[in-house]
Amino acid sequence: MAYSEKVLDHYENPRNVGSFGKEESGIATGMVGAPACGDVMKLQIKVGKDGVIEDAKFKTYGCGSAIASSSLVTEWVKGKTLEQALEIKNTQIAEELALPPVKIHCSILAEDAIKAAVADYKKKNGE
Amino acid sequence: MLRLPIYLDNSATTPVDPRVADKMIPYLVEKFGNPASRSHAFGWEAEAAVEEAREEVARLVNADPKEIVWTSGATESDNLAIKGAANFYSGKGKHLITVKTEHKAVLDTCRELERNGFEVTYLDVQDNGLIDLDAFKAAIRPDTILVSVMFVNNEVGVIQPIAEIGEICREKGIIFHVDAAQATGKVEIDLAKLKVDLMSFSAHKTYGPKGIGALYIRRKPRVRLEAQMHGGGHERGFRSGTLATHQIVGMGEAFRIAREEMASENAHIGALRDRLLKGLSDIPQVFVNGDLVHRVPHNLNISFAYVEGESMLMAIKDLAVSSGSACTSASLEPSYVLRALGRDDELAHSSIRFTIGRFNTEEEIDFAVKLLHEKIGKLRELSPLWEMVQEGIDLNTVQWAAH
Repeated sequence: MAYSEKVLDHYENPRNVGSFGKEESGIATGMVGAPACGDVMKLQIKVGKDGVIEDAKFKTYGCGSAIASSSLVTEWVKGKTLEQALEIKNTQIAEELALPPVKIHCSILAEDAIKAAVADYKKKNGE
Repeated sequence: MLRLPIYLDNSATTPVDPRVADKMIPYLVEKFGNPASRSHAFGWEAEAAVEEAREEVARLVNADPKEIVWTSGATESDNLAIKGAANFYSGKGKHLITVKTEHKAVLDTCRELERNGFEVTYLDVQDNGLIDLDAFKAAIRPDTILVSVMFVNNEVGVIQPIAEIGEICREKGIIFHVDAAQATGKVEIDLAKLKVDLMSFSAHKTYGPKGIGALYIRRKPRVRLEAQMHGGGHERGFRSGTLATHQIVGMGEAFRIAREEMASENAHIGALRDRLLKGLSDIPQVFVNGDLVHRVPHNLNISFAYVEGESMLMAIKDLAVSSGSACTSASLEPSYVLRALGRDDELAHSSIRFTIGRFNTEEEIDFAVKLLHEKIGKLRELSPLWEMVQEGIDLNTVQWAAH
């Protein structure tokens, strides 16, 4: 399978890999996918007091397109409010990375990861 | 000097041995005759070459040349054997037995027969990939007419107990077909001893050209088939179509070399496989798929837990290998063979198949070991599953959101 240059770039140089310390404040985590399906994404966001996402980190078990999709999402959510982050759609991710049809599920999973992280934040903060 | 990428996918196909290519070339331009032409020297010359190759194929497996029929490859041989025997003997019964880890050429052929009124039992395998002979015996019914079991599995390289299955089939009067595409040149095959009635061969897994194969059809006791390809009555009516002389010559030469060099070659390849396995054995959470004893020497199928197979393939793109990961297949399902071995889906998604060949070297294996060490570390740093396991979380207790 041929990969787009953008997928290869994110795969070779993934942005924002890692996890936040458990003691840090404003952290929320979205974990989506399942090992049985061959894809698990963990997206963490660090939200400031003003409600803006200051930082994001990810870890992904999955194919190159899944890794690239989650890497890209960590870049995109930074500086956005939670509501703005929720506006990121899988089609934008797929378009940016030029994902082939069989890899669209990777972009859907990345969108789900954002939703899950935002939901976790809202739950933790009683919204 | 190492030439990259390194080819370690010899169960997908092998390069044509240069000695084989040299022998084929004259049959394209100069000796181009149709072996079926009986009226001139061009035809006689081609026919002689075809018969010499037939003898070589027969010699590798200790059969009579008259028992060898040319086909386009193992897929066609499987189709001819299974459909041909099932249809011919359908008056005796309509039940077949095969195994869940067979090649698709067998499984899909059986599915087709099911659509045409046959019943098929698909046997499970044990965790080591081998069939349980008691379970096999229990599956036999009075109306069982055909059993099809592969000699060597293409994904995990395990060798099925063909001799034992053959004895059981012969005693019960059941036709026994064996797909030996992955076995030639790797294991001894003696059809004077094995009670096998039909056996499929391919040239391109044994350093011959693609597009040519053969089917062994036993004469004593005689096995009969309904032809699947009709036409000019070539190959005693079993398989019509003009013979591909150059391909056949290539297969004959490839099988001659396999017969003469098998022992020394398997020692070389087995040593490289053991070197690879030893080199990877200090990586934690690495699992070999399939039995290591009842196994061909060139296959190593390994799951690197918590690292998804396709991302692994991207990371080790200097190695040409294959994976049981769903992402490498169109279906998004992980390897059905590894699942049949009882591997959970995560380990099936994390599998890599290395198949070593005649032309691999120690230097190449050492390069592979070093590269794998580097990349597994990097990918596990990326893996949330690895992180959870390091934190002592049992992944089986996690409620996953399946998608």
